[in-house]
Amino acid sequence: MNIETVAAAAYVVAALLFVLSLAGLSKHETSKAGNLAGVCGMTVALLATGLVAVDHGLDALDAGLLLGAVASGAVIGLGRARAVEMTGMPELIALLHSFVGAAAVLVGWNGYLHVEANGSSAELETLRDQGLLGIHSAEVFIGVFIGAVTFTGSITAFLKLSARIKSAPLVLPGKNALNVGALLAFAALTVWFVVEPRLWLLIAVTLVALALGVHLVASIGGGDMPVVVSMLNSYSGWAAAASGFLLGNDLLIITGALVGSSGAYLSYVMCKAMNRSFISVIAGGFGAVATTVGDSEAGEHTEVDAAAVADLLAEAESVIITPGYGMAVAQAQHGVAELTSRLRARGTAVRFGIHPVAGRLPGHMNVLLAEARIPYDIVLEMDEINDDFSDTDVVLVIGANDTVNPSAADDPASPIAGMPVLHVWNAKQVIVFKRSMASGYAGVQNPLFFTSNTSMLFGDAQERVADILGHLEREPGAPARRVRDAASRAPVGI
Amino acid sequence: MQIGVLKEQRADETRVAATPSTAAQLMKLGYDVIVEPGAGSRSSFEDEAYAEAGARIGDPFAADIVLAVNGPSADRLDRLRPGAAVVALFSPRFDPAVVEDLSSRQITALSMDAVPRISRAQSLDVLSSMANIAGYRAVIEAAHAFGRVFTGQVTAAGKVPPAKVLVVGAGVAGLAAIGTAGSLGAIVRATDPRPEVADQVRSLGGEYLPIDSAEAQVSATGYAKEMSDDYKSLEAALYAEQARDVDVVITTALIPGRPAPRILTAAMVASMKPGSVVVDMAAANGGNVEGSEAGRVVRTANGVTLIGYTDLAGRLPAQASQLYGTNVVNLLKLLTPERNGELTVDFDDVVIRSMTVVRDGQLTWPPPPVEVSAPSAAPAGNGARAAEEVPAPPTSSPGRRLGLAALAAVSFFLLAAAAPPAMLGHLTVFALAVVIGFYVIGQVHHALHTPLMSVTNAISGIIVVGALLQIGHDGAGGATVTVLSTIAVLLASINVFGGFAVTRRMLAMFTRS
Repeated sequence: MNIETVAAAAYVVAALLFVLSLAGLSKHETSKAGNLAGVCGMTVALLATGLVAVDHGLDALDAGLLLGAVASGAVIGLGRARAVEMTGMPELIALLHSFVGAAAVLVGWNGYLHVEANGSSAELETLRDQGLLGIHSAEVFIGVFIGAVTFTGSITAFLKLSARIKSAPLVLPGKNALNVGALLAFAALTVWFVVEPRLWLLIAVTLVALALGVHLVASIGGGDMPVVVSMLNSYSGWAAAASGFLLGNDLLIITGALVGSSGAYLSYVMCKAMNRSFISVIAGGFGAVATTVGDSEAGEHTEVDAAAVADLLAEAESVIITPGYGMAVAQAQHGVAELTSRLRARGTAVRFGIHPVAGRLPGHMNVLLAEARIPYDIVLEMDEINDDFSDTDVVLVIGANDTVNPSAADDPASPIAGMPVLHVWNAKQVIVFKRSMASGYAGVQNPLFFTSNTSMLFGDAQERVADILGHLEREPGAPARRVRDAASRAPVGI
Repeated sequence: MQIGVLKEQRADETRVAATPSTAAQLMKLGYDVIVEPGAGSRSSFEDEAYAEAGARIGDPFAADIVLAVNGPSADRLDRLRPGAAVVALFSPRFDPAVVEDLSSRQITALSMDAVPRISRAQSLDVLSSMANIAGYRAVIEAAHAFGRVFTGQVTAAGKVPPAKVLVVGAGVAGLAAIGTAGSLGAIVRATDPRPEVADQVRSLGGEYLPIDSAEAQVSATGYAKEMSDDYKSLEAALYAEQARDVDVVITTALIPGRPAPRILTAAMVASMKPGSVVVDMAAANGGNVEGSEAGRVVRTANGVTLIGYTDLAGRLPAQASQLYGTNVVNLLKLLTPERNGELTVDFDDVVIRSMTVVRDGQLTWPPPPVEVSAPSAAPAGNGARAAEEVPAPPTSSPGRRLGLAALAAVSFFLLAAAAPPAMLGHLTVFALAVVIGFYVIGQVHHALHTPLMSVTNAISGIIVVGALLQIGHDGAGGATVTVLSTIAVLLASINVFGGFAVTRRMLAMFTRS
């Protein structure tokens, strides 16, 4: 038993703890234990690595640098984690992805500087003797490439999400050719670098990858952000795995692969929820096509005021709230939570229906509702709740648009045809909270607004919810009607 | 514009097309309402009540829009103003003579029984609203004629078994009958050719009797359709067996545009116990039961009562009028998009198009067929299935998927075969970890996607390990390497600590009620 085997054993344990961590996060009951398992795994891995580093003869300056870097990283990370608003979660996560990407680039560069560029290094001799030098060079390139794409892609996503740049898709002429060209350039440069490892090649590939990352994300619109963020999550994992190959470290490979496949799976879930292929999301272009189709059929909408909505809610027995990104923008989740608890206290059944791509991050709405202390067992996902709309008295659509668009279900010509949506229009009454009659992200007119059982409540969602609460306050707290003839709800005739 | 409400002329009609409360709703749409004297008296709505609601009592034929339950007779139609609109139950599908008569007049006629079965039109579907109360009344009529209580009891004077009720057809009327009979305490069974209604039957406390045939039926129109011979013989065997066992049978089987299917033959009725009751809700369309007579009660030789009332809904006139009136109000909401009391017959609206028999003297019957949108008209459960079928992306075809998997396997094989032995171990670990990751994450609850992302983020900070090991290398460029790896350690540490901390914060927020 020496330091090396101790470290290897510790890495196996850490890898298992990471698997446990992800498994734990699949259920609410075990999620906290899962997070703890992740923390333990990371601690084990860091301690083992520290031991190895000391064993390699770390001098005092290097040790100081190392501890200083970890400590300042900890201070910054913990500070950010404490300060972040839940509505700002997508930005934070995108930013964190960029760090992994940047670290992967640096690790790749170090790999080159330490081996290929360093004529006297022992590793260079060993690799050359084993005939593995070419593979090492390729690993450097792959790691740097994925890392750089992740880095700038995440930075761009961060800037879009925090509204520092416009979230509209950037449409450059021949953008697909640009992407494919960058990939081909990467392949060609890799071959060249394997044959002849030169510094300028490494610089060139880093620049190509950085540019590709910016372009990839810039050409994707704001509504596709759930896919983009989970895609970047996946990339950051693959970047870590590539670094693992470079350093011959199985822990990095395992962890990177876990993270990479998790991000890929989430991207898949998101794409399915939009009924689009991954390629079409990456290639962007959705918004560009849709603008030509916009407001082809308009109609008359009905407008209501907060008092009327309060009356409706007071009468209703069952209410479903379907929030969208607009709720996050208006910071209306606390008012919605207050409304929910008020209605539940009156005996009204209140539930939430969440579309998988609502918000700007997978699961974003759930986190916002949880922040407002809405119990998670009344927050249901689309497939769980879609059949229940026909038995529902009132549906409140707060800041959602495309995810409740009936033309996705019944108009084959619609640009969003086939996208699974929440069937809110089956409810007796639908109230749509909206700023104006503008169309949603997809640029598609929403016929829901013009159906006879839909009414529009215009204005800022937070203020309107507050108005409704005010009116409910004045109502006597009579419990909702309980008796009803179930048969009257049956939709099919003799 | 003015709306006139007619007094019904048929001797057996107790309903009225508007009640005081629906008249008030019509006025909210901007109309003036004139009610024919005595129009609501048979539904217990007196003229004073209408006046109190703001309507005028007077001559309804002066109005621009005339509402009735049954189609007015020819001489009453003659009294309409030219250009007037009339809304009533005209049965245009079954009565070509009426259609012809209407088309000879300079009027607009909308038939309340021609509402397409799409979910948006459900609020004006008279057939559904009337079927609902007719189903209720059918059970009440049966209970009245049945010489025993419905509910099972254990009393000091002995045990009373509950009545057994068979409901044929689980449409709106059937479901209402199932619910009513169940709440009276009877044991309720139901049959229907559409297996997807089984859950609805069970939700009302009934037992669904399936007919074991391969020919499970999903109707495109939301109505039942005619079945094959094989199915029919199985069905007949089931009814023969049930007829001997049950005390009450309520038949609601109707196929649009055809005579009612024969459910119970005379032999089956003869096999029933004396004192049993059969309510034939399809008596007006030829009857589901051999021997039943429309509008009458017949007693068979073996003491079975066959009830063939065709006015079951009208036997609850106040309620029936209220529902019919609400259906009419919902129609007028569609016809008055501006809420300004001006009628707009918009043929782009499929609901209005389908209901219009004559527009301004032009015959518009029959309307173009309306394909019932599966997720909306079909009952819960069916909707989900249909919705799943719609987005069938080409990528999910098994052949293509298999091809992709094979391609991936081959390329991975080539990569691994070409790799030097030192690499092979890493590749193995990598491949297994990808698979594990995929399966572990496939189970994640949708609400935990964000915490999952932030924890994977923290974990991918493991790259710190790589960076740590690069610090402190000696030799040429050692200083640069150390600087770069220190930066990498710093960045990755932000990830590790920030990711875990923010996950912890989020998870702490999720609470159960």
